[in-house]
Amino acid sequence: MSTIEERVKKIIVEQLGVKEEEVKPEASFENDLGADSLDIVELVMALEEEFDTEIPDEEAEKIRTVEAAIEYVKSHSGE
Amino acid sequence: MPSVIAGTGHYLPAQRLTNTMLEQRVETSHEWIVERTGIHERRIAKDSENTVTMGVAAARQALQAAHLHADDIDLIIVATTSGDYAFPSVACEIQAQLTTNSTPAFDVGAACAGFIFALSVADQYICAGTYRHILVIGTDVLSRFCNPEDRNTIVLFGDGAGAVVLSAGDEGGILSTHLYSAGEFANLLGVKHASRTSADPLAEAWMFMQGREVFKVAVTKLSELVIETLAAHQLTPAAIDWLVPHQANMRIISATAKKLELPLTQVVTTLAYTGNTSAASVPIALDTAIRDGRIQRGHKLLLEAFGGGFAWGSALIDY
Repeated sequence: MSTIEERVKKIIVEQLGVKEEEVKPEASFENDLGADSLDIVELVMALEEEFDTEIPDEEAEKIRTVEAAIEYVKSHSGE
Repeated sequence: MPSVIAGTGHYLPAQRLTNTMLEQRVETSHEWIVERTGIHERRIAKDSENTVTMGVAAARQALQAAHLHADDIDLIIVATTSGDYAFPSVACEIQAQLTTNSTPAFDVGAACAGFIFALSVADQYICAGTYRHILVIGTDVLSRFCNPEDRNTIVLFGDGAGAVVLSAGDEGGILSTHLYSAGEFANLLGVKHASRTSADPLAEAWMFMQGREVFKVAVTKLSELVIETLAAHQLTPAAIDWLVPHQANMRIISATAKKLELPLTQVVTTLAYTGNTSAASVPIALDTAIRDGRIQRGHKLLLEAFGGGFAWGSALIDY
C-alpha cells in the first residue's frame, strides 16, 4: 500500500500535469508547478476524493505547497 | 405521449466584446481570461435590444425549423432572469410580438439553469396531453448586470437567446429531466434588484460571485448529475452522442466531460465566442450543432446546466 506522501504526489502529478521529479516538498503549486487558482480548487477536490475527507475552504486556502498538502492529509487522516 | 424537439433557433447580438477590448477597461489579459474560462469574446446587446427582441428572433427561427406558425403554439415558456420589467413577463411581451391569440405565456426563473427547468415544465404538459406544441425560450442580457469595473464578472457574461419548439411525438424525444436546487448557496452567486429607497439605487445591484466556491460546487454537482441521468436509463457514457452543456466555463465543461469519459470532440461548445449567456446558452449550443450538422436525428443528447440559486438540471433526449 502506498504511503500518504506517495498518494498525494501522484494526485499532484495527475492534476497539474507535471513530472514526478518536479513535485518536491517545498514546491509551490502556483510559482513552481504552474497552477492557477482553479487548478488548486480541482487539486483540493481530488485530495478530498482520494482521502474521503472534506477540506474546509479556509483550510484549503493554506494548502499552497506540496509539503502543506501532505501535512494536511497526514494530520487529518488519523494515520 | 413523448415530447420531441420539432425545431430550434437562436439569436446573438452583432456587437462583439473581445478580450483585448476588456484589457482596456479593467486589469486583465487575453491569456488570463482564456486560460481560466476558455472565452475569447462575447456578444453584447445594443441599447435597442433586450430579452424580448432576442427571444422573438430565436423563436421565429425555431418555428420556421419546425414548419409551424406562431398561432399553432399552445404555450410559451421563457427562461430568463433579466427582463426589463418585473411584470409583465418576458413571455407575455414575446407572445404579443408573435401572435394575436391568447396563448398562455409565463417566465421561469432558475438563472443559468433556467432553460433546463423550462424544458422540464414543458415536457410535463406534453406528456400529460394538455398541450401539443410548446415554445421554450431561453433569453438573457446578463452583461447588463455586471459592474463594468468588476473584472471577475465582466469577462464572463454575454447576451443572447435560444429557442426550441417542443411537440407531442410518437417516440423518442425527451427521455427524462432531472432538476435540483440548493438555496443554501444563495450568497455565492446572484444579482439583487436595484433598491427604490436607497440614495444610490445601483450600488448593490451588480452581480456578485464567489468564483472559486461556485466552480467547486458546480463541478461536484454536475458530475453527480450526469452520472445519475445515465443511470436512470441504465446507460453508459458510450451511449451519448453529444453533451450539450451550459456554457459557463471551459474548465467546468472539461471536468464534466472527463467524468463521462467523453472526448471534447463530442461536446458542443460555443463558449469561446459567446461567453456565458445564462439561460440562453444550452439552446444556443443545441441549435448551433443542429444547424451545422453535427447533431443528427437519432442522436442521443445529454443537456445540462448549473446556475445561481443554486439550481441545476439535466435532460436526456433522443433527438
